[in-house]
Amino acid sequence: MPDYLRPTALDDALAALSRRRLTVLAGGTDFYPARVGAPLDDDVLDISALPALRAIEERDDHWRIPALATWTDIVRADLPHWFDGLKLAAREIGGRQVQNTGTLCGNLCNASPAADGVPVLLSLDAEVELASLERRETIPLADFLRGNRETALASDQLMLAVRVPKPRAERARGHFLKLGARRHLVISIVMVAAALEADAAGRVARAQVAVGACSPVARRLTALEEALVGRPCDAALGEVVTEPHMAPLAPLDDARGSAAYRLDAARTLATRTLAELGSMM
Amino acid sequence: MSARGLDGADRAGAATLGDAIAFTVNGRAVSVTAPPLRRLADALRDDLGLTGTKVGCNAGDCGACTVLLDGEQVCSCMVSLAQAAGRSVETVEGLARNGRLNRLQRAFLRHGAAQCGACTPGMLVAATEVLRASPRPSPVQVMDGLGGVLCRCTGYRKIVAAVLDAAGDAPQPLGTPPPGAAVGARLAKLDGVPKLTGAERYGADAVPQDALWLRIVRSPHDSARVVLGDLEAAAAGWPGVARVLTAADVPSNRVGIYPDLRDQPVLTEKIVRHRGDAVVALLGAREAVTTVRDEDLPIRYEPLPAVRGLGEAQATGAPRVHDEMESNRLIEGGVECGDAAAALAGCAVTAEGRFETAFVEHAYIEPEAGWARRVGERVELFVSTQAPVMNQVMTAEVLGLALRQVRIVPSACGGGFGGKLDVSVQPLTALGAWLTGKPVACVYERPESMMASPKRHPSLIEARMGCDGDGALQAVEFDATFDTGAYASWGPTVASRVPIHATGPYAVPAVSARGRAYYTNGPPAGAFRGFGVPQAAIAHEALLDDLAEGLGMDRLELRLKNAIRVGDATATGQVLEASAGLAPCLEALAPRWQRALEDAARSNTQDGPVRRGAGIGCMWYGIGNTALSNPSAMRITLDREGRLTLYNGAVDIGQGSTTILAQICADALGVAADRIAQVLGDTDWTEDAGKTSASRQTFVSGKAAELAGSALRAAILREANAAGDATIELAGGCVVVRDGGRRVEIALGRLKADERGVVLEGAGSFDPPSTALDAKGQGAPYATYAFGAQIAVVDVDTELGTVTPVRIHAAHDVGRAINPTQVEGQIEGGIAQGLGLALMEEYLPGKTENLHDYLIPTIGDVPEIEVIIVEDPEPLGPFGAKGVGEPGLVPTAPAILGAIRHATGVRVTRVPALPHRLRAALRAREAGP
Ligand SMILES: Cc1cc2nc3c(=O)[nH]c(=O)nc-3n(C[C@@H](O)[C@@H](O)[C@H](O)COP(=O)(O)OP(=O)(O)OC[C@H]3O[C@@H](n4cnc5c(N)ncnc54)[C@H](O)[C@@H]3O)c2cc1C
Ligand code: FES
Ligand code: FES
Repeated sequence: MPDYLRPTALDDALAALSRRRLTVLAGGTDFYPARVGAPLDDDVLDISALPALRAIEERDDHWRIPALATWTDIVRADLPHWFDGLKLAAREIGGRQVQNTGTLCGNLCNASPAADGVPVLLSLDAEVELASLERRETIPLADFLRGNRETALASDQLMLAVRVPKPRAERARGHFLKLGARRHLVISIVMVAAALEADAAGRVARAQVAVGACSPVARRLTALEEALVGRPCDAALGEVVTEPHMAPLAPLDDARGSAAYRLDAARTLATRTLAELGSMM
Repeated sequence: MSARGLDGADRAGAATLGDAIAFTVNGRAVSVTAPPLRRLADALRDDLGLTGTKVGCNAGDCGACTVLLDGEQVCSCMVSLAQAAGRSVETVEGLARNGRLNRLQRAFLRHGAAQCGACTPGMLVAATEVLRASPRPSPVQVMDGLGGVLCRCTGYRKIVAAVLDAAGDAPQPLGTPPPGAAVGARLAKLDGVPKLTGAERYGADAVPQDALWLRIVRSPHDSARVVLGDLEAAAAGWPGVARVLTAADVPSNRVGIYPDLRDQPVLTEKIVRHRGDAVVALLGAREAVTTVRDEDLPIRYEPLPAVRGLGEAQATGAPRVHDEMESNRLIEGGVECGDAAAALAGCAVTAEGRFETAFVEHAYIEPEAGWARRVGERVELFVSTQAPVMNQVMTAEVLGLALRQVRIVPSACGGGFGGKLDVSVQPLTALGAWLTGKPVACVYERPESMMASPKRHPSLIEARMGCDGDGALQAVEFDATFDTGAYASWGPTVASRVPIHATGPYAVPAVSARGRAYYTNGPPAGAFRGFGVPQAAIAHEALLDDLAEGLGMDRLELRLKNAIRVGDATATGQVLEASAGLAPCLEALAPRWQRALEDAARSNTQDGPVRRGAGIGCMWYGIGNTALSNPSAMRITLDREGRLTLYNGAVDIGQGSTTILAQICADALGVAADRIAQVLGDTDWTEDAGKTSASRQTFVSGKAAELAGSALRAAILREANAAGDATIELAGGCVVVRDGGRRVEIALGRLKADERGVVLEGAGSFDPPSTALDAKGQGAPYATYAFGAQIAVVDVDTELGTVTPVRIHAAHDVGRAINPTQVEGQIEGGIAQGLGLALMEEYLPGKTENLHDYLIPTIGDVPEIEVIIVEDPEPLGPFGAKGVGEPGLVPTAPAILGAIRHATGVRVTRVPALPHRLRAALRAREAGP
């Protein structure tokens, strides 16, 4: 019978990973669907009994969302408006069942091009904490994600948490819009996340916009971000968006939508996200 | 009601390797010794025998497996057994207390929120979480809380209503109507309680512990030559695999719906014709047959050119899907009356179009499942099916047995919609049991179900319609081709039914309609709610809208003007003698139509990307088989103890025949409906009631049940020498008959009884009158037709191409609503499927073989629905009733497409109208011609 390890101390987990190849299991919402009709014969490291990895915490200069924090934990957490986009994304992941067990860190480690967590966290300049028995490191999420289901995670590493740096400005807010072909339980055709910080005069001081499902890894739209800086925060922000801003995207055709449609929809969603966010700032 | 199952198999306590894992289930401490990575759903079902929790996908997509873990809803198919350790698990079995349904369950029963019941455990558990968190939830909270559970039957509205009702404190009466008042009453489902407690047994729920499991190895190619290596030697290397079955083991290796068209090999005969075609079958211990990987089997595929789609199938020099056929054309049918070409030439206004639809998957929540056992020289199957007698015939044929050597006991059926008319697990489980002498079970995983089961036929329809200057329809030309996939299945039925319905429910003097079906290397296309008529309706309703536009006439008015009425002839020359209720449906809708148009106009005065539109669609549907006999026979007995038993061979697949037939029979007999026990579907005990399809059970089997009830009544009255209007009362071992002032007591113990104690019985059978069609398709193919019309109001986001249905009004002529709650349920469920057909459903082999890539409507996608029941009685039907199983689906897509067009000007001719397709059409329109 395959091994099933369910350690209750982090070092035990890391030690096990350092010795052999194990499949990490957290909430299981990517793990089990990938094995329908197939034997469950992985040697598994179940991290769900590790202590102190559930509670979302505020630290000096960042917020920390640990490995076992579920989408529901994120929805329920008392977080500033900076996290509004993340909360919106969390509310639209699968159904309640998936939200109650699936984790944000699992979503990142699974690294699907359609992972809703990715564009939001890219728009928040998030970093991820990785640990092996020997060493801990914190790297930008953008560096962690390498491609369609490819990450920088080494086979002896666990992701311990996501860190979201605190915004510099007082007035800071995030937003997220997702497009799918039905109301619930839907994989995104396109999703857009944005986060804005306003200066004292009510102008955009910093802007981060990311688009998912239009490239192997969600992309930031840096030209658009630059174009937004200095503009008054209001609904007119949506009008800043132009077609050339979508240049970083390279969508594919699939059953959910054509490439041309994805580009077109990305632009529409970006416009709407910024218009709504601008008027809420 | 008798408990389901071949016998009470004991499921407790399978011990496998590993440490015991302890947790509580419904407050009771349990401990399971099994692999810790086992899905909690499997541990509950297989190790603890708690089969109330259902498995519909094993992938988080359907929510049927929802349980509460420490009070929070989770999919138990995605939680490891180890993760349950020390925690509290609550399942559907924990809801009823001391055998009494809780308030939520009672609300489900009363509202008809459970049809087939496969989603019900998940829905109830999810709703339990919602109600604990917010005792007075809003509809939005209910929908968000239940959004992770799919239902394919109900259209969700009654589920939402039930949860809201459970949250209130209004009383929930659940009484049975008095004798003589069952027909027309909102009687709760007679088989509803086990569906709400988790006690119901579906195909996968009663598998004996010692069963061998069968897994069918399926082709990964659309078309290939198959070379089998030494399977026996390979099997010897896999512990636990008892046998590998190949075509050589199957006495008669072909199945199919039509006796002259058994074109589908049970196991491959060297050629596979679609992705999912059955190659060989592994028989052995459950773990063992799933552990063997297909790649490790000595099977070599040599890919052959594949025929994809109707264009390739008809191309000259196209590869032939079946060598023995001259071409890929399976069948052609048609209807000719008058000179359509000449009539069209003379029309003041004409319209034409080309319409395309895709493969559509049934997506019932319960995948195919069942098991078989050998009993002496017989084989018995407990299986999820819509057609027990057809299963019996086919299984006997495949095994080379006499019909009486095969017994089919239908399990509860977790949804069918036409997809469980063909055989699935039956032949091979029966063969396995026959050969090994052990029980043999087979349960499809979701991807297997989607690959192997038949689909709705993709169609390409070219049609023309014309009317005179006043809008009176003059002519229809209609040419439909259907992709029947690799095997015929019900392809001939579709090709013959569609031309008959090509005009839509309108009186048209000149008609030329053809239907053809072609083989391709796609999945077999078979029966699916409507047998091709929903595809045809998309075409004729779009043309009606075109004509209305050309005439400058209101769309509803044009339809009402042309509505076929009693005395009019159909395209097959059949003069309708009664019960042609389209006109009253449209009249009922007329004020709503005005409001919908005003609503759209009002909301479109605001600028913005979202445009509102209203559309209307009409339908008709011939009830029962097309121009073929389709009898049904029912029997009701009265025994010495005064017990009534209806021997009912009609399978209730959620649509409600078990309840409907009891209501009809009870009123015919003159007793209360709950006095009638039933034996359901078992081929040893019931007579052939035909298949549950073609909307025929209420009309055909209902009539047989009425006749059986009347016959028993007559027998009782004869005993009492009483007049026809006497009343009957069952009082233990005697029947009291009151005839005017006279009271007669019949002591049943004194009557002559047969070996089972039956003293009196009534039998009834009915075969609706129809005639064969001649070479020009002329004749009377159906005894009666159902009619309906629907209005859809939708919002279109023109920048994204997304469509949000806002409201649907549905008026249907059902002859007589035997049970209005169930009629509404059928219509609402049909509407949800029609909505899916219009907006999101498209099966692509290899790409959408699961329920996250193949999208069906969720609870948040089905808008508010108003059902208006129109009753234009059908004299042939029981108490005037005809059928409603399929009609609800037919007009929905046309109404939605009409609404999109009204909102945006875009005439959608290809469904589903996926956002990217609609957006492309909108952009093309913006760009101008
Ligand atoms: C029905 C359904 C609907 C869904 N809808 C959406 C949706 O709308 N949007 C969306 O983005 N996602 C969706 N998902 C996927 C989403 O649930 C997952 O991506 C989830 O967030 C993964 O978390 P988990 O804890 O369940 O991961 P698991 O399945 O346990 O693991 C996922 C992967 O990450 C690895 N892993 C997990 N945690 C760690 C860690 N701490 N360190 C190292 N490796 C780790 C695992 O080895 C595995 O490869 C859906 C899933 C289902 C079943
Ligand atoms: S069986 Fe678990 S979600 Fe479908
Ligand atoms: S009742 Fe919901 S799936 Fe059948």
